[in-house]
Amino acid sequence: MNAPTYNFAYLDEQTKRMIRRAILKAIAIPGYQVPFASREMPMPYGWGTGGVQVTAAILGRDDVLKVIDQGSDDTTNAISIRKFFGKTAGVATTTNTTDATVIQTRHRIPEGLLHAGQVLVYQVPIPEPLRFLEPRETETRRMHALGEYGLMHVKLYEDIARFGHIATAYAYPVKVNARYVMDPSPTPKFDNPKMDNCAALQLFGAGREKRIYAIPPHTSVVSLDFEDHPFTRYRFDAPCALCGAGDSYLDEIVTDDKGSRMFVCSDTDYCETRQSQGHRGSESAAPHKERAHG
Amino acid sequence: MYVAVKGGERAIENAHRLLAHERRGDRDIPEVSLAQISEQLSLGVDRVMTEGSLYDRELAALAIKQARGDMIEAVFLVRAFRATLPRFGATEPVDTGRMQVRRRISSTFKDIPGGQILGPTFDYTHRLLDPQLAEGFVPELPATSDAPAAAMPRVTDILGRDGLIESSPRADGDVPVGDLTREPLSFPADRDLRLQNLARADEGFLLALGYSSQRGYGRTHPFAGEIRLGEVEVEFSAEDVGFAVPLGSITLTECQMVNQFKGSATEGPCFTRGYGLAFGHCERKTMSMALVDRSLRARELGEEVLAPSQDEEFVMSHSDNVQATGFVEHLKLPHYVDFQSELGLLRKLRQEFAEADSSPPLREAAE
Amino acid sequence: MTTFAELPSGFADKVLSAQTTFRSVMDAMARPGSVHCIASASGTPPGVMRGTAAIALTLFDHDTPLWLDPRMSEAPEVEKWLKFHTGAPVISDPSICSFALIGNAAELPALDRFSFGSNEYPDRSTTLILQVESLREGLAFELSGPGIEGTTVLQATIEPLDLFARLAINATLFPRGIDVVLVADDAVVAIPRTTRLVAEGD
Repeated sequence: MNAPTYNFAYLDEQTKRMIRRAILKAIAIPGYQVPFASREMPMPYGWGTGGVQVTAAILGRDDVLKVIDQGSDDTTNAISIRKFFGKTAGVATTTNTTDATVIQTRHRIPEGLLHAGQVLVYQVPIPEPLRFLEPRETETRRMHALGEYGLMHVKLYEDIARFGHIATAYAYPVKVNARYVMDPSPTPKFDNPKMDNCAALQLFGAGREKRIYAIPPHTSVVSLDFEDHPFTRYRFDAPCALCGAGDSYLDEIVTDDKGSRMFVCSDTDYCETRQSQGHRGSESAAPHKERAHG
Repeated sequence: MYVAVKGGERAIENAHRLLAHERRGDRDIPEVSLAQISEQLSLGVDRVMTEGSLYDRELAALAIKQARGDMIEAVFLVRAFRATLPRFGATEPVDTGRMQVRRRISSTFKDIPGGQILGPTFDYTHRLLDPQLAEGFVPELPATSDAPAAAMPRVTDILGRDGLIESSPRADGDVPVGDLTREPLSFPADRDLRLQNLARADEGFLLALGYSSQRGYGRTHPFAGEIRLGEVEVEFSAEDVGFAVPLGSITLTECQMVNQFKGSATEGPCFTRGYGLAFGHCERKTMSMALVDRSLRARELGEEVLAPSQDEEFVMSHSDNVQATGFVEHLKLPHYVDFQSELGLLRKLRQEFAEADSSPPLREAAE
Repeated sequence: MTTFAELPSGFADKVLSAQTTFRSVMDAMARPGSVHCIASASGTPPGVMRGTAAIALTLFDHDTPLWLDPRMSEAPEVEKWLKFHTGAPVISDPSICSFALIGNAAELPALDRFSFGSNEYPDRSTTLILQVESLREGLAFELSGPGIEGTTVLQATIEPLDLFARLAINATLFPRGIDVVLVADDAVVAIPRTTRLVAEGD
């Protein structure tokens, strides 16, 4: 039988070259979606193959990789992807945001400030911000070419007319370098400001839709809004029940069947780091956490 | 006291163990072999090879076994393996005119040179479940006779000789054949990419689209000009060797549909073509593929694009079942962060709605 | 005639070297004006700097048509080496090339001879690999744009002397544009089409 052997980080060199060239052009044209010939990966399309291909193309022996999903290192898909790279690249992995050189993420941007030695790789399901307003790629490509984003502004305006607010809670469209309207991936709009003037390089990979895009460090990223309806971030208004943070995005945990809830940091590394530094919320954490601090 | 959810890694490991256990099923029952799958579930293997875009019966059988019979999961396994294979180049185009035919039928003529050969077909069976097949059934040996070396010209060539059907478009030898596994697809797409997309497409999707075109969603007036099944030689021309090297033979099913005639100011009317090709024995697939191929040629034949089967971007963007299932099933992944932000927005809107509801009448009058 | 055995070598460790070289170029493109050192070693045909050779081995292949300027085309070993190690087709029409290797920077052809991409596909544009004298000393070029916090100063000895004036066309044509990688021995600096010259001095 034909038994497979795998290259470093799984991808063959030709595929890596093709993705690397796409990444370079993406960086040169901030916010523009570069088409690339996405490969079939061992995990399904829609489960992070774009992010995995970007990470696999940039990853080196000396990198330290962090993989998160919904802000947590411990969600099943993050574990699966981290194991994949452990198996195919043997790189060091970490849950600590500051120590990581490459962070692959689904649906969240870490709470802590990223630094210049880092690359943030986003998993993107639908890269085209106009897709649900116009299903045809031929049309949306033309709109981006001409910088014609009227359709998007009309949609946002219609939301305000109907709901009194822009009714987009996540994947909130942004304008990059004052030119391209871009989909930040399904991060909550709370995270949008972190993309602006970020010290790290941000790369976006959509495997099924076959697009790569990028935001270089220190690039302007502005959420779309209107003067009389400025962009606002949503965050549940309470401190984290475990670490007391008042500025992080919170997960809602249903604790019993009578409707009780508690709110804890979505970014598990941020929360655990704060707890290890002595910060506390209204709920004490499990004993093993206190031991780590002591 | 709240204990943060941990242990995802162990959960995954245990899930994999449980899966392997359930895949094996009752251990007192003999495990199914790849040879059994390849021999006795051969049409399943053919489908997996076709949609997996890889001709390897053993690997396709392994994929079916590993996928516990889930065909799309099996196709996925084959595709992922295919993506790791080094590529040496493209073979010479296979000549289906020189096929070792085992089945060949045409509905456009009562009889044709080379004859109508039924071959192994379900077509005229009565669909009555047969308990005899449950176990120990030994089928009779098939009837045989010497194969006459009769020529089997393609029906479409017969029509073509009299100019009754458009000629098969000749490829420009200088332009490389498109390959959508190596370049991202962009629209409009030429016929080489469309046919490749359709060859790999989900059989059910193409079947529905082809069916729709027969029921009034677009119309191509199809006749089955020819369906043939058999073995063809595959040859590869290595640059430094200077001649074509035979690599072996593969089983192919080919369908040529004869469709609605068309003319122009400069040319008299003639029938138009639809084409389908698949690995192994896949008639439904090749027939559906030929129907959709013809529908998608609407643009180049100057027909109005009205129906889904004619919509190139719609058909080609949604035909790949590995992509489709990936995205549909990805809804199983955690989405609680985004759901949280939707909840927040909804709660806010509901609160405002409640406040507006309980506010003085003046406000309502203003609306 | 140079046999294949006599051609300068490629990377000793293809996988590792291609990755580290790519990271250097990626970082250079993400932070325009900053100088990055290519660590990987390979053979170099006559007239080809170490950085240029490494970039070629990393990014070129069957899908990247190349244009060589007359200086690069002088020594037949250059094209041979490229063909052997990368398989990239060397073509005579710069308006459809993915990469252009410029060995004589002073004689850089007019930029409109290269591909700027289209408005629908601005990525289908030429990347110029320009060999220059120094990326550590010379005139001071103050640059701004995406990837640069505020402004940054690049000290370099670059030809053609009016390179940045020529690249100003990128601002007019954006998103179409030419992206440039400057190479001096094993040092590289990238100037993507978004980079603007603020001031130039000694």
